[in-house]
Amino acid sequence: MIEFSTEAMALAQRIIKRYPEGKHKSALLPILHLAQSEFGGWLSPETMDYVASILNIKPIEVYEVASFYSMYNLKPVGKCLLEVCRTGPCLLRGADDVVAYIGNKLNIKPGETSADGMFTLKTVECLGACGYAPMLQCGADFYENLTEEKLDILIEKLGAQPERSTYLKSFSLNV
Amino acid sequence: MGRQLLLEHIAEPGIETFAVYRKKGGYASVEKALKTMTPDQVTEEVKISGLRGRGGAGFPAGMKWSFLDRKSEKPRYLVCNADESEPGTFKDRYLMEKIPHLLIEGMITGSYALGAKTSYIYIRGEYMYIVGILEKAIDEAYANGFLGKNILGTDYSLDLYVHPGAGAYICGEETALLESLEGKRGNPRLKPPFPAVSGLYASPTVVNNVETIAAVVPIVNNGGAEYAKIGIGKSTGTKLISASGHIKKPGVYEIELGVSVEEFIYSDQYCGGMLTNRPLKAVVAGGSSVPILPADLILKTAKGQQRLMTYESLSDGGFVSGSMLGSGGFIVMDDTTCIVRNLWSFARFYHHESCGQCSPCREGTGWMEKVLHRIEHGHGHMGDIDLLVDVAKKIEGNTICPLGDAAAWPVASAIRHFREEFEFHVKYPEKVKNPKHFAIEPFLSEKKLELVN
Repeated sequence: MIEFSTEAMALAQRIIKRYPEGKHKSALLPILHLAQSEFGGWLSPETMDYVASILNIKPIEVYEVASFYSMYNLKPVGKCLLEVCRTGPCLLRGADDVVAYIGNKLNIKPGETSADGMFTLKTVECLGACGYAPMLQCGADFYENLTEEKLDILIEKLGAQPERSTYLKSFSLNV
Repeated sequence: MGRQLLLEHIAEPGIETFAVYRKKGGYASVEKALKTMTPDQVTEEVKISGLRGRGGAGFPAGMKWSFLDRKSEKPRYLVCNADESEPGTFKDRYLMEKIPHLLIEGMITGSYALGAKTSYIYIRGEYMYIVGILEKAIDEAYANGFLGKNILGTDYSLDLYVHPGAGAYICGEETALLESLEGKRGNPRLKPPFPAVSGLYASPTVVNNVETIAAVVPIVNNGGAEYAKIGIGKSTGTKLISASGHIKKPGVYEIELGVSVEEFIYSDQYCGGMLTNRPLKAVVAGGSSVPILPADLILKTAKGQQRLMTYESLSDGGFVSGSMLGSGGFIVMDDTTCIVRNLWSFARFYHHESCGQCSPCREGTGWMEKVLHRIEHGHGHMGDIDLLVDVAKKIEGNTICPLGDAAAWPVASAIRHFREEFEFHVKYPEKVKNPKHFAIEPFLSEKKLELVN
């Protein structure tokens, strides 16, 4: 049985209060983000069932949403999920090269996780950084105008992080 | 540089804080609207301004506001569409990150005009770091009496919240956005009823793009008539353009509508010319969904007139020789660009982002991606080119929402203007099997063109 930490639970309750009474299902997307952050970077069936119980909705209502949106990982991912944008404007400025370079360096293909469980490489569609291409996202952070040198430094820096990079730190829903 | 209505203070240190933003005249529109104007007067000013939706459709914002069902007993909502996902577009992100209070101020003034007591900013989940920036700005606005109960001592009260999405282009479509905000899959709704009558929680709702809402601030401050003086004809005011691709200075620029395309690409005030001084090959002027235009047609219309950055001029010539201003996602390509490869990447995007609700879009986008993949990788047939046009035609106009059209237009226009490149891929598969996108050699030199012909 999994459970939110007291802090995460308080945050979840605050999120639910943002929507009118009886419309608490609206909190599903933000709370799934929170759950993914709290429970290992992906949404296991157990995690989704837990979210359903918090919102008092049917588990299928969570599954159908979790499988629709590309930010929810339905399989385990490495500690650092490297999401490289590959859409048109990034492609013009070398997105393919970035994918190939990371793939060679970490010996993984897009969709795979490195043997040490540290990195998962993923190609994603436009992240809204077209003017600063090529780019990748890891956690909440954008890394832009990438070069091979920058990628070397970035991968070293991220690889040395003991903690999973999560959305939680920027997800400071104070109101 | 033309007048800057939105980005005027963007370089001011600390402009993201309430104190500095206020010192620069921030929140004046809230004071003016709440203390001296009725909600209908605010709506009237927006109408007079001629402001058109900045998310891509270009629908007159004041008219959209006037459609809101004000007789309904239900609560009304203003929802900000910050689900910016159109490839080539990153202006809203820039605005929210650098000057978040401008959006908050616009939301308050706009909500007052519409009589909304609760409003939401629906932001794409990938912009999670901006959620924190906006929430900090909202906190400050509450602390200074611009949000919450009895704003500025009036009887108007408003709560404002940020709601993150989770990665779905389709949620930029307003009814899909509302579904998503209700905690469901982002499947667009059948219209009518339109959101103005039955939107969020089946209540009257207006959904506006970030830039549209921000533009309400100068409109209320200076008056709609003053705003309408900028621009040409029905393209009034300023527009944020996201410039990307093979240019010297990619980034976000605020232009007065009416600047010429040529000036925008080559002037040092804007894009600063081509990245490596290579010739311009093509431009996608309004985000990936709009038709691509070759260099000659983007700089001049088919009638030989100078092409301007306005809704009308960019669409001059219809889809035969024109395009659209769209979201202002301005993607510039030099002569090294492979149009087929670029189109394949867009087709892949639309296939990935189709919600799957309507068969023509769900199946058609997949087929277009597959056929383009095989042409690009040297396995295409001559018949594939017309097959693509045929599939595009069968999607267009046959879906609930405009994503189908958005997927079809780039394919139809790329083949219309660059057919010889598709034929080249089919005729000379060995030359394209291992293409390098950003090659040093022009992809299709004149010599190769001779081979084709």
